[in-house]
Amino acid sequence: MTIIEETAVPSPREGDGGPLLEVRDLHVEFHTREGVVRAVNGVNYNVHAGETLAVLGESGSGKSVTAQAIMGILDMPPAKIPQGEILFRGEDMLKMSGEDRRKIRGRRIAMIFQDALSSLNPVLSVGYQLGEMFRVHQGLSKKDAKAKAIELMDRVKIPAAAARVNDYPHQFSGGMRQRIMIAMALALEPDLIIADEPTTALDVTVQAQVMDLLAELQREYNMGLILITHDLGVVADVADKIAVMYAGRIVERAPIHELYKRPAHPYTRGLLDSIPRLDQKGQELYAIKGLPPNLLHVPTGCAFNPRCPKAQDICRTDVPDLFPVTERDGGELPGRASACHFWKETIHG
Amino acid sequence: MAELSKNDEPQDATPNVSDVEVVDAHSETEAVAAIEAPVERGEPILQVRNLVKHFPLTQGILFKKQIGAVKAVDGVSFDLYQGETLGIVGESGCGKSTVAKLLMNLERATAGEIFYKGQDITKLSGRAMKAVRRNIQMVFQDPYTSLNPRMTVGDIIGEPFDIHPEVAPKGDRRKRVQELLDVVGLNPEYINRYPHQFSGGQRQRIGIARGLALNPEIIICDEPVSALDVSVQAQVINLMERLQDEFNLSYIFIAHDLSIVRHISDRVGVMYLGKIAEIGTDEQIYDHPTHPYTQALLSAVPVPDPEAREGRERIILSGDVPSPANPPSGCRFRTRCWKAEDKCANEVPLLAIPERFKTSDTPAAHESACHFAEEKDVVHAA
Repeated sequence: MTIIEETAVPSPREGDGGPLLEVRDLHVEFHTREGVVRAVNGVNYNVHAGETLAVLGESGSGKSVTAQAIMGILDMPPAKIPQGEILFRGEDMLKMSGEDRRKIRGRRIAMIFQDALSSLNPVLSVGYQLGEMFRVHQGLSKKDAKAKAIELMDRVKIPAAAARVNDYPHQFSGGMRQRIMIAMALALEPDLIIADEPTTALDVTVQAQVMDLLAELQREYNMGLILITHDLGVVADVADKIAVMYAGRIVERAPIHELYKRPAHPYTRGLLDSIPRLDQKGQELYAIKGLPPNLLHVPTGCAFNPRCPKAQDICRTDVPDLFPVTERDGGELPGRASACHFWKETIHG
Repeated sequence: MAELSKNDEPQDATPNVSDVEVVDAHSETEAVAAIEAPVERGEPILQVRNLVKHFPLTQGILFKKQIGAVKAVDGVSFDLYQGETLGIVGESGCGKSTVAKLLMNLERATAGEIFYKGQDITKLSGRAMKAVRRNIQMVFQDPYTSLNPRMTVGDIIGEPFDIHPEVAPKGDRRKRVQELLDVVGLNPEYINRYPHQFSGGQRQRIGIARGLALNPEIIICDEPVSALDVSVQAQVINLMERLQDEFNLSYIFIAHDLSIVRHISDRVGVMYLGKIAEIGTDEQIYDHPTHPYTQALLSAVPVPDPEAREGRERIILSGDVPSPANPPSGCRFRTRCWKAEDKCANEVPLLAIPERFKTSDTPAAHESACHFAEEKDVVHAA
């Protein structure tokens, strides 16, 4: 692989106005012995350069599977993508050859995983692992790659980078390891970063450091960021817009401030009510009854209906579309949508 | 309960052993009798004094030589009152889980005392220890690994009865287990199922039912909800609060999620590197923190409200927690503290009500181990 090859992939950093990434009607299913698990059921979202999209959901909501489909790191089989498009700068990645996709992965779209310790190779030094990006993708020599690795470690504010470049992952703390993961994702200056629960394994004080770093680097490079998380608190701090997923579908979409102020889906409202507040001592917590659905047997109609306090007959039979949400007087609320038959009642009370 | 902790306690930095009313038990029988006697609501049920746990670091294979020690817990004192919830918060490695293990007597303390109803459980053995173990139970963090996958739910919950048959005679056990399942909100007909047939939240309920089986007085919960989904966490928290009222339990609630700890606790202790940095009622700690570490910790918690966030001051600490094998001299927090001065490196600050607040009647007058304790609201928007 040579540096000249790089130009084969268009890398216009200047945006052409359109979204960087657009996911259209994506479906992912897993064929298992017990039946077909529909993990993702028609997901649509997009991210522009410099924008942060948060994808919020509980375990089994399909948020990570969607990300893996975008990265092209799903194991197929058992996974299958029967339908949908993933457009990166207008080009459908699902139709690309493996070769073309490999050129995008890592270079244009990079991923940060949750568990840094198990994502790093324990028997190779971090400098070697960081340098690998440059050796493989840019054909740099070992020495140059190491110099680049040190530069990157400086970038993500690892103290005494030059002295620590030959250390192994176990010699770093959790926060430092996550910084190395971020450095690795940044190495080739991608246009889009997908961060899957990047701070879940970290302590709060370290979590704040890492999120700050990520936000700073995003601004500096004008990258798009997809932040996958289950934590409503982390999202509130950094995201521009948010998509809430439940049982493989997006149930609500909104600009970040709007969502917390006026949720338009009973699930979102339930989630917001069920987390205790740091700044006030509450009474009994609101608890969403029941359990997240088993994806082998998703309830008919709206998947949330067995847990919903507002469910009517229509919710048990008809799957709600993602309706655009408007003001009471019909005024437009840009970027808002809710997959609830009764979104009007939910948002306007 | 909050008032009790403030007024009845001697306002002393490290309470001496003499404060504790030691029941003079010459024989095991007397010790057992003391342990089985009930404690009034609001009286201290557990008193921890200068608890220390050092794990030795050794070198060499044949001739092991101790080269140091990981000072996981290094002089921790607190009281637990009957019927209250004491929250213990701190980052990983601060020693909070080691405290839990010491209270359960799963680890032997290096030094210090744990008085349960006046009996030092670090020195008990035999019948008296068995009686203590019946009364102090634990709920673990990970419901996926703390239940034996090859035992049915009935066997898991009923196993404590094999050791303490006096609680439920053999013929009664099945019925008793079904009652317990019902109490924690599971269908009693699930008694013959295996753990893998349940979701995470349901498994944590099974763990709680097992903890309740012997009618204990104290339950030590080590991160009981951190492995659960947000929508399920609230269910389990509500269940634990209900059970506390119903069975008159005292909880020690160890967690890293500060919002949940505030919700469930009457009093909260903040730990850093094996010591308690600050302890007080939930209002004192969250609304009037005086220790810089507590302030940094609270300000780092993301609040699920983008508007509240903008008015809040955020303190971002630099660096990582130092190694507990080689903690900084003086105040352990000084390497990351923005207020640190020479005094902090030379003098270990005692956990006491700061001098400047001693005479006033403010909520800031609670125990804080800082030379420069100062009140600062970091939780509410300015």
